[in-house]
Amino acid sequence: MSENKIRVLMGKPGLDGHDHGAKVVVRAMMDAGFDVIYTGLRKTPRQIAEAAAKENVDVIGLSSMAGSHIPFCKSLKPLLKEYNLEDKLWIIGGNVPSKDHETLKKMGLDAIFPTGSHFDDIIDYIKSRYRQLV
Amino acid sequence: MSPKEIKPKEIKNESGIEVKALYTEADVEASGGVDMVGLPGEYPFTRGIHREMYRKRPWTMRQYTGFANAKDTNERFHYLIENGQTGLNVAFDLPTQTGLDTDDPLAEGEVGRVGMAVDTLRDFEIAFDGIDLEKITVSLTINGSAAILIAMYLAMAEKRGYDVAKLRGTAQNDILKEFIGRGTWIFPVEPSIKLVGDTIEYCAKHAPKYSPVSVCGYHIRESGATPEQEMAYAFCIAKAYADDMLKRGLHIDEFAGRLSYNFNIFGNLFEQVAKFRAGRGLWAKIIKEDYGAKDPKSMWMRMIAAGGGGGLTIEQPENNIVRGAYYALISALSGAQTMALCCFDEAYTIPSEYAQRISLRTMQMLIEEMGMCETVDPLAGSYYVETMTNKMRQKMEETMAEVEAEGGIVKMVSEGTIQAKVSAQAYGMQKDLQSGAFPKVGVNCYKTDEEENEVEFHPYDNRDADQQIENLNKVKAERDQAEVDRTLDQVKADAEAGHNVMPAIVAAVKAYATVGEITSKLVEVYGYYQEPIKF
Repeated sequence: MSENKIRVLMGKPGLDGHDHGAKVVVRAMMDAGFDVIYTGLRKTPRQIAEAAAKENVDVIGLSSMAGSHIPFCKSLKPLLKEYNLEDKLWIIGGNVPSKDHETLKKMGLDAIFPTGSHFDDIIDYIKSRYRQLV
Repeated sequence: MSPKEIKPKEIKNESGIEVKALYTEADVEASGGVDMVGLPGEYPFTRGIHREMYRKRPWTMRQYTGFANAKDTNERFHYLIENGQTGLNVAFDLPTQTGLDTDDPLAEGEVGRVGMAVDTLRDFEIAFDGIDLEKITVSLTINGSAAILIAMYLAMAEKRGYDVAKLRGTAQNDILKEFIGRGTWIFPVEPSIKLVGDTIEYCAKHAPKYSPVSVCGYHIRESGATPEQEMAYAFCIAKAYADDMLKRGLHIDEFAGRLSYNFNIFGNLFEQVAKFRAGRGLWAKIIKEDYGAKDPKSMWMRMIAAGGGGGLTIEQPENNIVRGAYYALISALSGAQTMALCCFDEAYTIPSEYAQRISLRTMQMLIEEMGMCETVDPLAGSYYVETMTNKMRQKMEETMAEVEAEGGIVKMVSEGTIQAKVSAQAYGMQKDLQSGAFPKVGVNCYKTDEEENEVEFHPYDNRDADQQIENLNKVKAERDQAEVDRTLDQVKADAEAGHNVMPAIVAAVKAYATVGEITSKLVEVYGYYQEPIKF
């Protein structure tokens, strides 16, 4: 494995303010030794893409609790191309019902971690995919 | 795995207080005795704020409701009232909550999604059409844009012919907790507190029966606070609002009676009941001794004890019906004035009519079948409950003193230290849930391999947003633009001068100025909040 730390951007898209989940996952990732940048609330797709590019992250994580994950990811997708971020790992967690998983996967999401997912599963997934990428 | 195998020998409740296997009179004495118990309806109100409590009137049932637009929400309101609901608790969509109009680019994909969309007074006229505002009191779950929505509610009622001086109702309007959890802030901390103060002052003068603030421990608990912290932080916040009023020259008795609270009900039953009983005594003591109140009503910790969202689970969603029943029992045993229950499907979606009705029936069963309204504070005198009530009260006082020692709640919220503290606790709790150290049925024990029953999802239709924009454009075309401009300029002028902005906001909403237009004027003066990111 590379000596470099895995860099993650945790984005909180849209207007929803429920950040309990985003913050606990940020802490779990920090404990796992990742470098984590948390965007704070209410970020637009462009702000998230910009931050991911500027911070040169390996992983773009989104936390969505209020149901607007599909329109948000739809808006973010072209921006990932624009900012040359298409090779980054793109994951989402939160209140993302199983009926939407296929739509999101087709959009390019690498993984979905719905409410109830274990920290270990999220971290192991990122580590194993990171090994493949580097 | 059975949870018993990993339970430590020493048992502590979530607030960190040891729970013994047996309690006797000696424990009550050792914890401070029964001096703070008293009688219901009498200072220090530990046993309840009214002498007869539910015997005179059961708690108000106020399910959190709102979606899509004013018309659809109005239909659901009528459905709930027909099914025996006795109050309304309005959910607004996120654009409304963050001061954006439906046609704002930032609102895209969010219009009407988690609540009802409101742009102008017209939406309020439709939402409350046919509802008797004297019989059914309305609670507005609104914070960042609360000054505007309170103004709309008062304007709507006045237009319908109600005397605003007699109008009852509540707004959540607790911005300090929004910075800690829930996150629908707009302006920086100081002007946000000033706006809350404007609403309290305005209501004290013009709508003295209206409760302009419901201080929420609820969301602080959801963000990771322990039960005792939930109360302690809420009291610190309420004190911050009260201090602002005193600075304006009001006497405590002019406004304290209209402050109310919103607390959470999930967790250990006895800890919650002790929490509420302890909280009532402590708040009464603070208002009487520290603020010099004379009117007993000023000392009342009136509360909606509700929700329980943080206790509900995605896993085995039907179990949430049973949890809801226990939570309602906790609330009834705790002397809540109002109750709302999170629905069993709420971890997934906006509750269906069916789920809402089950929650309503749960509360009605407690009233009609379980004898919960017959006797006041039935757990009083239990060695365990009285000991725990004393200990919880002492713990809350310690926590409040810690906040003071760190510079006060406003400073801690501004710097993000409270946020970091509760989120660190939330992380610890989440780890305990994942390891099984904190048992949760269906989540880390008694799991099932069977396929979960999928709940029915509330439909979201993009066309609702288009319709709402069309409605907004129609109102804009019909209104007197000169009057809109004039009243909006006045909002800005009053904000700049540091005056109470409520009279100007009331005039603006009456002219059908939008939530977004009024918010923009205030932003021009106050700016936006910058969130401190601290871990």
